[in-house]
Amino acid sequence: MSTAAAKNASPRTRIRQSAGETIFDYLNVTLLILISLTAMLPILHVVAGAFSQTEALVKHQVWVWPVGFTLENIRYVAETPAFWSAGWMTVKVVVIGTAVNMVLTILSSYPLSKSYLRGRRVILLGIIFTIIFQAPLIPMYLVVKSFGLLNTMWAIIIPGAISAFNMMLCITFFRSVPEDLFDAARVDGMSEYAIVWRIVVPLSKPIIVTLLLFYAVGHWNNYMGPLLYINDRSMQTLQLYIYFLIAKGNSNDIAGAAAAESAIKLLPEALEMATIVLATAPIVLLYPFLQKHFIKGATLGSVKE
Amino acid sequence: MTKAEAALQQPDRFRSGSRRKDSFLTFVWKHRPLYIMLIPCLVYFLAFRYVPLLGSVIAFKDYNIFEGFLQSEWVGLKWFEQLFTYPQFYRLMKNTLIISAYSIVFAFPAPIILACLLNELRLMAFKRTVQTVIYLPHFLSWTIVYGLSYMMFSTQSGMFNQFLQELGGKAVNLLQAPEYFRSLVVGAGIWKEMGWSTIIFLAGLAGISPSLYEAAKIDGAGRWKQFLYITMPGLLPTITILLLLKIGNVMDVGFEQIYVFLSPITFSVGDVLDTYSYRQGIISGQFSLTTAIGLFKSFIGFALLVFANRVSRSTTGESLY
Repeated sequence: MSTAAAKNASPRTRIRQSAGETIFDYLNVTLLILISLTAMLPILHVVAGAFSQTEALVKHQVWVWPVGFTLENIRYVAETPAFWSAGWMTVKVVVIGTAVNMVLTILSSYPLSKSYLRGRRVILLGIIFTIIFQAPLIPMYLVVKSFGLLNTMWAIIIPGAISAFNMMLCITFFRSVPEDLFDAARVDGMSEYAIVWRIVVPLSKPIIVTLLLFYAVGHWNNYMGPLLYINDRSMQTLQLYIYFLIAKGNSNDIAGAAAAESAIKLLPEALEMATIVLATAPIVLLYPFLQKHFIKGATLGSVKE
Repeated sequence: MTKAEAALQQPDRFRSGSRRKDSFLTFVWKHRPLYIMLIPCLVYFLAFRYVPLLGSVIAFKDYNIFEGFLQSEWVGLKWFEQLFTYPQFYRLMKNTLIISAYSIVFAFPAPIILACLLNELRLMAFKRTVQTVIYLPHFLSWTIVYGLSYMMFSTQSGMFNQFLQELGGKAVNLLQAPEYFRSLVVGAGIWKEMGWSTIIFLAGLAGISPSLYEAAKIDGAGRWKQFLYITMPGLLPTITILLLLKIGNVMDVGFEQIYVFLSPITFSVGDVLDTYSYRQGIISGQFSLTTAIGLFKSFIGFALLVFANRVSRSTTGESLY
């Protein structure tokens, strides 16, 4: 329970506050409004730009509201094959990668959540060791290379197949399921695999949803992995596509090509804004629905009393 | 007694941990489904965590692609010597440490202050709205954040420069100017993560007992005194633990964050150990030298963590282990 809620709960016993405290309240609200505006401003500006006409953008008339609303920029990006191939690659990585993450995390957390499992301490120590000592970039790259994974989707998925940290969260959660439940299932003749699938998974929805979201967002936003392991432009993911588009200035070439092949007057910035909007839309649209799970997840690992 | 109850009377059939007679192998055989489930996990940690860790020996070898990890020739500390006598190395260390210091001084306290401000709000609906808005940037990738920064700060079309010019100022090329690079990168990091990082502090604040505040109020403490004597001490353990972790990661300034902003113009102030390792290692094939950088980095990080933990334990009583 927060202090503010406690104060609201007993308005009659509330001690009258001083003028200084009232001033603080106003300042606090103003400051938080300013911080929220700062958080939103760049996003609103880009959305406005993506839906604005080229002339308005050239004349710098666009702030946070579209000027001369148009879908032209979005349409052009949506008709770019390279955008969709990168998008498709990203979707594949997110779906397959998250599935791999989840199956492996759950499968390994279940046995490790059992205190009677022999060898458990050694395995857990071995896993915690890898959180503290991480291999440098190059040996990791060489290992991925020696497995022949370079320029495949698996180079992005397999090196991060299990997050040791997420696994610890999962183990902690599984330990709260009473062992008697499993004993009862065993008496009824259920195998250990069936127990995982039919008892552990349904009972652990909060942690599963949380990890699902964390892994999926991680895959969606990952650009270091593709940068390291994917050289083939036809295999690049959305984040890598955006990196080359904006940081490496590919948008000038694309806008130039657009101008050459048709009468479209396209500004590189408008193209970039439209790409950002399209590439971010899925997360931003899902965000309100997923928010409460994320918050639950972020506090799952925190210190409990 | 039913059959099921009878079976439950003999938990040893399932949990033989209490009966010490079983040898390890018998135990494994009895519980083979559990060990089979662990196989993929063990293979993964060995192949993708331990093998690369062992592969770090190439920092002591003259790594040659054709001869591999094992066959390449031992060269002792040659690469480390080269590293420490290398003029570039001091620039890399300096950039890494300065950016890290910036983020400890500016980015670390930001969410703590923000969480405390949020905590003082009485309008719950307003609090939730602010939270929803400030969490959002966390879900944008670094490439998108760079894109947004570009739209805000580029000289041709950036909103910030437009604004400056309308006010009669001169456009500043924040994205390409070495003098602004570090502030820009750390600032972008604060913009992206400040809101999200408040969650853990808000959880810490929620854990403080309301009765403490009530007692303080009765004793005549105003909000500032309550903050000073209840909120801060209550939050201190969380802050200490997170600060310790942060100090242990002083050498990891965030590859994704810096690399996307980096350009040859800003190498002098923004090239850090990680970005240099990537360029020299993977792009230019200097495998052994850059592995030596990586090992050096891990070693310093570990030493700092141990040191900070010890200092913390003797001063505040909080420690990681």
